[in-house]
Amino acid sequence: MNFWLLLLVEIVVILVVMLVGALVTIYAELKISAHMQSRIGPYYAGGKWGWAQPAADGLKFMQKEDLVPAAADHTVFRLAPYIVIMSALAVWVVIPFGPDLVVRDLDLGVFFVLAVSSLSTLGVLMAGWASANKYSLMGGLRAAAQLIAYELPLLLAVVAVVVQAGTMSLNGIVAAQAQPWFTVGGIEISAPFLIKGQIIGFVIFMVAAVAELSRIPFDMPIAESELTMGYLTEYSGIRFTMFFLGEYASMVAISAIAATMYLGGYWIPGVPESALNAVGPFVLLAKVAFLVFLLIWFRWTWPRLREDQLQDLAWRWLIPLGLLNIVLAGIFKVVL
Amino acid sequence: MHVSFEQWLTEVANYVFLALAIPTLVGAWMVVTSTNIVRAVLYLVVTLAGSAALFIMLGAEFVGWTVVLVYIGAVIILFLIGIMITRAPLGSHEELSHPATVKIPAALLSIVLFTVVAWAVADAFGGLIIPPDVGATRTGQLAEVIFQRFVIPFEVVSLVLLSALVGGIALARKDDPEEPA
Repeated sequence: MNFWLLLLVEIVVILVVMLVGALVTIYAELKISAHMQSRIGPYYAGGKWGWAQPAADGLKFMQKEDLVPAAADHTVFRLAPYIVIMSALAVWVVIPFGPDLVVRDLDLGVFFVLAVSSLSTLGVLMAGWASANKYSLMGGLRAAAQLIAYELPLLLAVVAVVVQAGTMSLNGIVAAQAQPWFTVGGIEISAPFLIKGQIIGFVIFMVAAVAELSRIPFDMPIAESELTMGYLTEYSGIRFTMFFLGEYASMVAISAIAATMYLGGYWIPGVPESALNAVGPFVLLAKVAFLVFLLIWFRWTWPRLREDQLQDLAWRWLIPLGLLNIVLAGIFKVVL
Repeated sequence: MHVSFEQWLTEVANYVFLALAIPTLVGAWMVVTSTNIVRAVLYLVVTLAGSAALFIMLGAEFVGWTVVLVYIGAVIILFLIGIMITRAPLGSHEELSHPATVKIPAALLSIVLFTVVAWAVADAFGGLIIPPDVGATRTGQLAEVIFQRFVIPFEVVSLVLLSALVGGIALARKDDPEEPA
C-alpha cells in the first residue's frame, strides 16, 4: 500500500483506539465507583445502565466557557493541554496488537515509551506556571516532583524486563514470553514474565504507574482539599476536557505497556502463531481491561498519601527494590 | 563529493532537514533573546526537540530519544522546578536583557565557537555521505561498541557525573557549626 495512505490509516486507527479507550474507561470508572461508593447517577441516568452519565458529563464540559485568566501567559496556557495529550497519544505508536498489527515496531520500543511519556511532565509544569495562580503553581511543582521521583522506579522495572527479554522492542518482548520455558512430557510450557520471575518488577511498575498518572492514592498534584484542583484549577471547557481525556488515554496506554511487558501482550497460550493477528487485539484488550480495573479499584479504595510519604515510598523503597530486581533479573538470566 | 544546488533541491530529505533545522535555530535564538525566563526554557525545549529530530533523521535513533528522555524529560524539568520554586514571574523582565558590553563579546565568542566546531566537523566528515539504505542503528550494535571497545572511556566519563554529584552535595550542605561532625 502507498506509504502515505498507510500512515493516514494508522493515525486514524490510533486516534479511534485512544478516544474509544478513554471513553470506555471513563464509563467504567463511573460504574465501578458507583458500585463501590453507592453513587446514584451511574445507576439510573438515562433509564438503563446509567448510559447517559458520561454523555451528560461530556456535554457539561463542552458547553463551559473556555476561560483564560487575564494574568495568564496565554500562549503557554493554551499550548499545555496539547503537550499532555500528545505524549499520551505517541505511546500508542509502538504498542503491538498482534505480530504485524503495530504502527512501528521500533527497535527502541520501551525506551521510546519512557521518553515520550516523560513529556507530559513538561505540559503539566507549563499549565501550572502559565495559569498565574498559586494553587496551579504548587500543583505543577508537586506534579513535577512526583513524576520525576516515580519515573526512576518505572525505568528500573522496565530495565529488568529488558534484561530478561534481551530486547527493547515490545514485539520482541512478547516473542520472548511466547518462547517455550520448559517442557513437561513433550509439551512445551511458556509463561509471561509475571510468572517468569518479574513479580517484584510488576508490583513496582504498577505502583509507579499509578503515581505517574497522578491518581489516588497519589493525587497530591490535584488534591482538591488542599490545592482546589492543582494545575487544572484555571482550566475549563474544552481544554479541561483535553487534560481529562489525556489522563484516561494514558491510563489505557500504560496498562497496555504493562500488559505487553508482564502479561504477554497479544500472546496467549494455545493460540497458534498464524491466528495471533486476528485474536491478538482481543487478548491484549482483555488484559488491558483487567489492569485498568485494578487502577480504578485502587482509586476508590485507598486514601491519599501525604507528600513526604509519597517521596519516601519512591526513594527509600521502590528505587532500592528496583535495583535489587535488576540484580535478580541478571542472576536469573545467567543461571537459567 | 560536491553537490550542486540543483541536485540539493531535488532531495526530499533536504526539505525535511530545513523544516527541522530552522525551528531549532529560531528556538536557540529566542532562548538568548527572550526576556521571560520560563519562556526561554521552553524555547530551549524547541531547540532540543529539533536536535533530537535531526539525530533521528541521521539514523541515530537511540541518541535522539536519549535527548528527549534526558534533556527534555529531566534536565528541562529540573530547570523549570528550580526557576518556579524560587521565582517565576509572568511577563517580561528587563533585567534579563544585557547591555552591549556583554552582548558583543558573547556574540563574538559564539561565532568563534561555531566556526571552530563547524570547521572541525567539516574537516573530519566533510565528504562522508550516509547511504540512504542504512536506516536506524540497532541498539544492540551500539551497546556492543560502548560496552566492549569503549568500555573504559565510558566508565571514565561516569566519573565526571560522580564528581558533579559530590560537588553538588558539598555546595548545598550546611553543617551546623555547633553540632560535632
